[in-house]
Amino acid sequence: MADEKPADEQPADEEPADAQPAAEETAAEEPRPSLWHRVRHHRRDRLAAALIGVLTLLLGFAFAVQVRSNDTDVTYSGAREEDLVRILDDVNAREDRLRAQIQEQRTALEQLTDTDSQSSAALAEAQQRATELGILNGSIAAQGEGLTMTITDPDGRISPAIMLNTIQELRGAGAETMQVDDVRIGVSSAVTGTDGSLSIDGTALTAPYVVVVIGDPQVLATAMDIPGGVSATVRGKGGDVRIEQSELVVVDALRPLDQAQYAEPDDN
Amino acid sequence: MIPILGLAVGVVLGLLLDPSVPVWLQPYLPIAVVAALDAVFGGIRARFDGIFDAKVFVVSFVSNVVVAALIVFLGDQLGVGAQLSTAVVVVLGIRIFGNAAAIRRHLFRA
Repeated sequence: MADEKPADEQPADEEPADAQPAAEETAAEEPRPSLWHRVRHHRRDRLAAALIGVLTLLLGFAFAVQVRSNDTDVTYSGAREEDLVRILDDVNAREDRLRAQIQEQRTALEQLTDTDSQSSAALAEAQQRATELGILNGSIAAQGEGLTMTITDPDGRISPAIMLNTIQELRGAGAETMQVDDVRIGVSSAVTGTDGSLSIDGTALTAPYVVVVIGDPQVLATAMDIPGGVSATVRGKGGDVRIEQSELVVVDALRPLDQAQYAEPDDN
Repeated sequence: MIPILGLAVGVVLGLLLDPSVPVWLQPYLPIAVVAALDAVFGGIRARFDGIFDAKVFVVSFVSNVVVAALIVFLGDQLGVGAQLSTAVVVVLGIRIFGNAAAIRRHLFRA
């Protein structure tokens, strides 16, 4: 332990004091304390005391300031150059990492918004297609320009072929969707029965047959009235065709959706 | 009495004025404080040993502070400032410990 050998602990700075024993004692034991000497010693003592006071005051001041600045000031203003360089390197590396992270996040965000807008556009398109297909195959009600055609059959001589021909002529003239009596016509509608007692998709119809068609009214009416067309055929069978063009007709009969039993969508 | 008074007044002044340490002084101030503390402890010990001399105290105080600051300054110039200031603090700490031990022996006879 260090405190076992006090002699070695003597600080080097104090060693000269041994060669020159304490000044006060020397002064006290001076055999002839001349005035000059006393004044000199007195002055020296006062100067030393003042110096010691100033030095200790400085020490206390510096101590307090250092403690205070160490307490409050944890910035790097007191740090050494090499420490600062290391800290700067750390900060730079951290900044790089954070920048890379920001970039990644930004890319991810872009991708997400991109796919989001893409998928919403695709969804809107799909919805529109679904609506169109629904109108086409009769699973949703439709309205628009068109005509209402009434086919009377007093003699009961309208055959399924004539009705089917009527539907096909209307389609050929650009009919978008239609219903006969209260049966919606779809892509797979079938006209069955015998002359004067027709059925469409198994639902019996009764004369007069009311056909509601959505499409260009002018074109549809013309297609019906062409020589040798539907009107002429029906009149030849003793019936009559009355066509009313209209700004707004409503096709609101619905067809159950055909479920494909064998076919599956082919993605390729 | 004067040193204690000086210390107290200095501490109070430092706390009251709360000056900011100039940047060029910042690496040296803590070292200087430790060096001065070493001188103060040396002085107290010399007092107890009965060999205190004001001149020696003043000179040792000033030279301690100057040499400590000089060593740190040199270290900074050589690029080993951090290590050298550590070395100075270690050496001065050991000396303070030794002086404190001597003072303790005088005070408590143990």
